[in-house]
Amino acid sequence: MDSLDRLEAESIYILRETHSQIRRPALLWSIGKDSNVLLWLARKAFFGRIPFPVVHVDTGRKFPEMYAFRDRYAREWGLDLTIGDCPPVEEMDPSLPPAARSAARKTEGLRRLIASQGYTGVIAGIRRDEQAIRAKERIFSPRSATGEWDVRDQPPEFWDHYKTEFPPGTHVRIHPILDWTELDVWRYAAREGIPLVDLYFARDGKRYRSLGDQDITSPVASQATTIEQVIAELEATRESERAGRAMDHESEDAFERLRAAGYM
Amino acid sequence: MMAESEPGFGLVVAGHVDHGKSTLIGRLLYELDALPPEARARVEAASTRRGRPLEWAFLLDAFQAERDQGVTIDSSRVRFHHDGQSYRIIDAPGHREFITNMVAGAADADAALLLVDAADGVREQTRRHASLLHLLGLSQIIVVVNKMDLVNHDQSRFAAIADEVRSYLGELGLTPLTVVPVAAATGANVTQPAATLAWHHGDTVLSALARLTAKPSLADQPFRLPVQHVYRVGERRLLAGRVTSGKIKRGDPVVLSPSNRLSAVAAVETWPPETSPAEAMAGQSIALELTDDLFVERGEVVSHEADAPMETNVFAARLVWLGQRPLEAGDGLTIKLGTARHPVIVEAVRARIDPDTLARDAGGIVSRHGIAEVLLRTPAMAVVEMAGGPPALARFVLLDGFDVVAGGTVDMHDYPDQRLSITRRSSNLTPVLHKVTADMRVRQKGHQGGVLWFTGLSGSGKSTLAIALEQALFRRGYHVYVLDGDNVRAGLNSNLGFTPEDRAENIRRVGEVAALFADAGEIVISAFISPYRADRERARQAAGSRFHEVHLSTDVTVCEERDPKGLYARARRGEIADFTGISAPYEAPDSAELVLDTASASIDHCLETLVEYVTTRFRLDSRSD
Repeated sequence: MDSLDRLEAESIYILRETHSQIRRPALLWSIGKDSNVLLWLARKAFFGRIPFPVVHVDTGRKFPEMYAFRDRYAREWGLDLTIGDCPPVEEMDPSLPPAARSAARKTEGLRRLIASQGYTGVIAGIRRDEQAIRAKERIFSPRSATGEWDVRDQPPEFWDHYKTEFPPGTHVRIHPILDWTELDVWRYAAREGIPLVDLYFARDGKRYRSLGDQDITSPVASQATTIEQVIAELEATRESERAGRAMDHESEDAFERLRAAGYM
Repeated sequence: MMAESEPGFGLVVAGHVDHGKSTLIGRLLYELDALPPEARARVEAASTRRGRPLEWAFLLDAFQAERDQGVTIDSSRVRFHHDGQSYRIIDAPGHREFITNMVAGAADADAALLLVDAADGVREQTRRHASLLHLLGLSQIIVVVNKMDLVNHDQSRFAAIADEVRSYLGELGLTPLTVVPVAAATGANVTQPAATLAWHHGDTVLSALARLTAKPSLADQPFRLPVQHVYRVGERRLLAGRVTSGKIKRGDPVVLSPSNRLSAVAAVETWPPETSPAEAMAGQSIALELTDDLFVERGEVVSHEADAPMETNVFAARLVWLGQRPLEAGDGLTIKLGTARHPVIVEAVRARIDPDTLARDAGGIVSRHGIAEVLLRTPAMAVVEMAGGPPALARFVLLDGFDVVAGGTVDMHDYPDQRLSITRRSSNLTPVLHKVTADMRVRQKGHQGGVLWFTGLSGSGKSTLAIALEQALFRRGYHVYVLDGDNVRAGLNSNLGFTPEDRAENIRRVGEVAALFADAGEIVISAFISPYRADRERARQAAGSRFHEVHLSTDVTVCEERDPKGLYARARRGEIADFTGISAPYEAPDSAELVLDTASASIDHCLETLVEYVTTRFRLDSRSD
């Protein structure tokens, strides 16, 4: 087994553990590369039919290419797609810096969806290498009823024994690709032939490395038009992946505050 | 298991608080050029804002609280590559209250860097972390003596600390791969030898990493697949799970444990279907289709018959206790072993291990973060592994309610594999299911069934003691139930009155029901006056050797004084006819198994006597099966 085989097997194990142990799980699909890989892994884990809802928390500000992609593959892969919307930015904490405040809409949209649908587990495609605070996450990470993350009191994860028992009123975030790197995701997508939104590939000398809302994501300079070229570019780059995400850089603790409040 | 599943070496960085763990990691990543430029810029900005020189620790100390207090709250994981090898660094916190995270991080590691401050020397957390690393099965340890710049790069100081660490690790049966002097803050001897440490001719931290050896492949160990879930795909039943060790191929005969059923592999399945291989090996997540359509549940283990795992309902274990409340004998918890989950009773705390001195004491109460050796018992057969065998079933976690309160390792060397006593030796394993026998019930519950027949006057303490005993036994994991006038007269005997014939019939039925309970493996406590010897003898015959008569011999004058229900007063006034002890006889037993007088002994004392009586007579002797 090479390292991609091992990562794949581990992620499938986590997804199956979720399905077996968590009463009402849902998989978050942001239409970005990470959650596309996550979706693909779930199809593998459950032999082509994902046995829980796939959820898109829609800020209404994604790129049109992303909506088209979502609708096409939801149909082709027979997904049980649930779409949740987000409250307007005016309702968000005004003390947050502007981009973080915009990003907080997604947190609130997710919180409302969890409450209305009664999900007890939310599967998300976050990775440790994206961001120093995400590095501290657990694979099975409990949240309070309001979606908050208590970074000081996380359950121990011994070996492959994840915490899957929770009192009523809490839900758990599950992170099956936490140990993957950005390169792992691309190499795996290339190997498996996983479809991705075109925005990841260069047009007019620019491409997106990370896809968020239009108002808080910017493209990077690039000539990479194929997945192999993207991989070669990433192998050579020193820039970090979320460099184009405004909210990470507004203030030292902006991202931490977002996460503690329940942001992915 | 994790090591097999994750690329590269997992390195846990352990050691006492402030001995420079995060600084060493930050420095190492910086020198290996493994940091994006913006991360470096961020560290510089954060250091400047706080008016400090460049602090590499800021890199991993990502939480605001950590940056402000200069401590690490939780394990961060960072990956880097060097010389064709990839590594995952797990930064373990040193503060005592964060030991849970240290343990969680270390459980996931292949090797450890154990840091010691050259000025401060070996401290409590240094020792505690070392003993936890040992408990978690880490044998590759690189000792790093940090802050050599604070002791003028003194060689003799280094030698003294190196000796101290070596001897402590030696007592644990560990030999460090190497001991390296460094000054992480200046970078001396992290990746490059330093002029300031010219007397040191051994490793740098980086060259020490190259000495790590990969764990032996689990593919060469016996095959194990703990079943995670069973899926129905069309007409097929697929046993999904991860191969934790060994190899399996289409056509292999297999055995399921603990149900001891035989079958064979019809197919190894992955998705898309055309990718399904003919065989699978350790680390892979697959599904198996068997040739027989057996009902299989999560928790069963698929293996080959020749080298199947062990089955037992009692085993010794070594664990680290992380619960908020202390651990003691008699605690009822839940154990997770492989994919199985069982209720478990802590039968005994055999020893506590002092991480400072490594001394073992005779057990007792284990407080938070303590390391202990315990004896565990499960009602059902658990599937475990000998130490040194495949690791997946030799490790477990304990839950208290919803919380993970311990992690540990199974130690089976004093206990027999019970598989052979369950399956008939002559024909070895058999795929047919037998009728459930009395023996099987006893093994499942961990105790014999039986009847404790309380007899005595009204007010002698039967109900009080019955309820107290039920509670005490239940807490200790016994299956126990009280039969008394309240629950029997309401239903089963609702058609009976209080004529002498009806009272005799009432007791006859209670005796028969109690015998059925005992047959089912329960301990049943019956609390009826049952004044006639003949009635009690009939009940004794129904339950046979499982019948234990408990005479509450409290004298009638004491009972009348107590008169808890006011019945004696009413009997004296003639309102109740045929009242035992006043207007009807009580035939005291002459050979009761136990006689208790609640007038001369307190309820607590009587309760103690009863619990003692039950544990010596009903408990399954842990060595006899």
